[in-house]
Amino acid sequence: MKQFWKQMLRNPGGMIGLVILSVAILIALVGPSIFPNSPWRMVQRPFLPPFTLSTVPLGTDALGRDVFAGVIYGARVSLLVGLVSTLVALIVGVPLGALAGYFGGRVDDALMRFTEFFQTIPSFALAIVLVAILQPSIYSIVAAIGIVSWPPVARLVRAEVLSLRTREYVQAAIVTGQSNSWIIWREILPNALSPVIVLASLMVATAILLESSLSFLGLGDPNLISWGYMVGAGRTVIRQAWWITVFPGLAILLSVLAMNLVGEGLNDALNPRLARDGR
Amino acid sequence: MLSFVAQRIVKGVIVLFAIIVLNFFLIRLAPGDPAVVMAGEAGASDPLFVAQLREKFSLDRPLPEQLFKYVKGVASLDLGFSFRQQEPVAKLIAERLPATLLLTLTAFAISLALGILFGTLAARFAGTWADSAITVAALIFYATPIFWIALMSILLFSVTLGWLPSFGYDTVGGNYKGLAYVADVAAHLVMPAMTIGLFFMATYTRMTRASMLEVKRLDFVKTARSKGLRDNVIQRRHVLRNALLPVVTLAGVHSGTLIGGAVITETVFAWPGIGRLMYEALLQRDYNLLLGVFVVCSAMVLIFNLVTDLVYRLVDPRIEFAS
Repeated sequence: MKQFWKQMLRNPGGMIGLVILSVAILIALVGPSIFPNSPWRMVQRPFLPPFTLSTVPLGTDALGRDVFAGVIYGARVSLLVGLVSTLVALIVGVPLGALAGYFGGRVDDALMRFTEFFQTIPSFALAIVLVAILQPSIYSIVAAIGIVSWPPVARLVRAEVLSLRTREYVQAAIVTGQSNSWIIWREILPNALSPVIVLASLMVATAILLESSLSFLGLGDPNLISWGYMVGAGRTVIRQAWWITVFPGLAILLSVLAMNLVGEGLNDALNPRLARDGR
Repeated sequence: MLSFVAQRIVKGVIVLFAIIVLNFFLIRLAPGDPAVVMAGEAGASDPLFVAQLREKFSLDRPLPEQLFKYVKGVASLDLGFSFRQQEPVAKLIAERLPATLLLTLTAFAISLALGILFGTLAARFAGTWADSAITVAALIFYATPIFWIALMSILLFSVTLGWLPSFGYDTVGGNYKGLAYVADVAAHLVMPAMTIGLFFMATYTRMTRASMLEVKRLDFVKTARSKGLRDNVIQRRHVLRNALLPVVTLAGVHSGTLIGGAVITETVFAWPGIGRLMYEALLQRDYNLLLGVFVVCSAMVLIFNLVTDLVYRLVDPRIEFAS
């Protein structure tokens, strides 16, 4: 663990990412209670430019709603959807990959064909179809993003399990008559954890991008403000009011960038061998 | 070679069949009775019309029979009827397909060419300011939502500078002929293609750079150097050629994302392709059209994957054509 932090601290990109991400998480957690202005309420005249009034620092949108409040409240949806949908992808992908890698043979063949099939389908198009059919809500968005993003997890876990199961300690566990599920959960998966953590952190970034794209197209949860929705709503008035689209977009860019940087930092810290190879 | 191609085509057809079956069940996932939904789409919901619809689309038949009819229909390029647009779905898609192909293929070519160029430059000057600049730029574009790049380029190039048109396929009422028309379409194409292209360019840049640095350390490069080849020759003939293989693989994997990018970009720039069609179907909750576009997108990705797979094997003779 100490070694891990040492590696992480030495990585400037990872540290920048960690700082931005911490700020974003802090905003998502306590922002709404510090700035109780509802992002849906009209607070000023419409199209108020930014930096003119200190009460609405980032201006107002076409309906006179506070852009700053939207950016603060939007952090919740983006980070929550990013995390939970990645969790869904892990819940689907890890067992499938572990089963395929551990049992091999026909099980492996069948599961991998299934995975390849899902990998072939254009993911954003499938996500659009799923959310449209299930009706836009935070649940359908999380489910759709989870469904389109599990295949890489399954493939990674399968490859890891495939190489770990020939190790002596796993063979020893098989010889001593441990049950298959015990071996998979207690012996193999803990050792396959670090590449999965790295992949998961990069997947959160992709999930945030996906969520914002869905919300941008009007497939966001109608009861929750999100950055993608704000950009989408400001799109038609971009010629008069650039700030409505610029600020939420910057928020998306910064959080995705931070997540990617953290992912790469984790990669360097958790897989030092790989990191050295890359140089 | 031939048997390999045949094998891949058979595999592709099986996947396509599975996608069509998935599509069939997705339609049935939609809330409510499909006949009532369709009647609603058509703007009439009296019981007689609903019963008619139910019979017309065999919704009163058992599920396997419905599935059989649906697959048979898709196989003969019948993707259903769009009640909103009052046209067959296949016809609507066929009209819009060329624009999407033009956009995505241009974006793909731009991103691959520039990505390889910048990646090579970054690897060549690894550790210098040029490398850092390229790496940081790639990181940022990799993290920027496509819709935001689209809007920001409209702000910059259309609103502020006034260099490029911000929407459409050609100038309405322009009446350009011949070369002037080509130039007009090209001017409309630049921003949408660059918008999709930038994200992928960032990906290919990162990939090419990492891959080149990895190949550079291999023994055959040392051999080439020790036999006195010039650095340029080594970089081009030995390092780049080997480093490009993972980039080509990645390009194949990304074709699905390319289509996703087209949906967003065509929506923002009002580009008359199937991505825009998908957005229109979405706004009007036109499920037949939505799922029709989805099937066609999936088929496009399959074909694209097949092509990159073949290219991959042509580029690298070490990979055999056996399965």
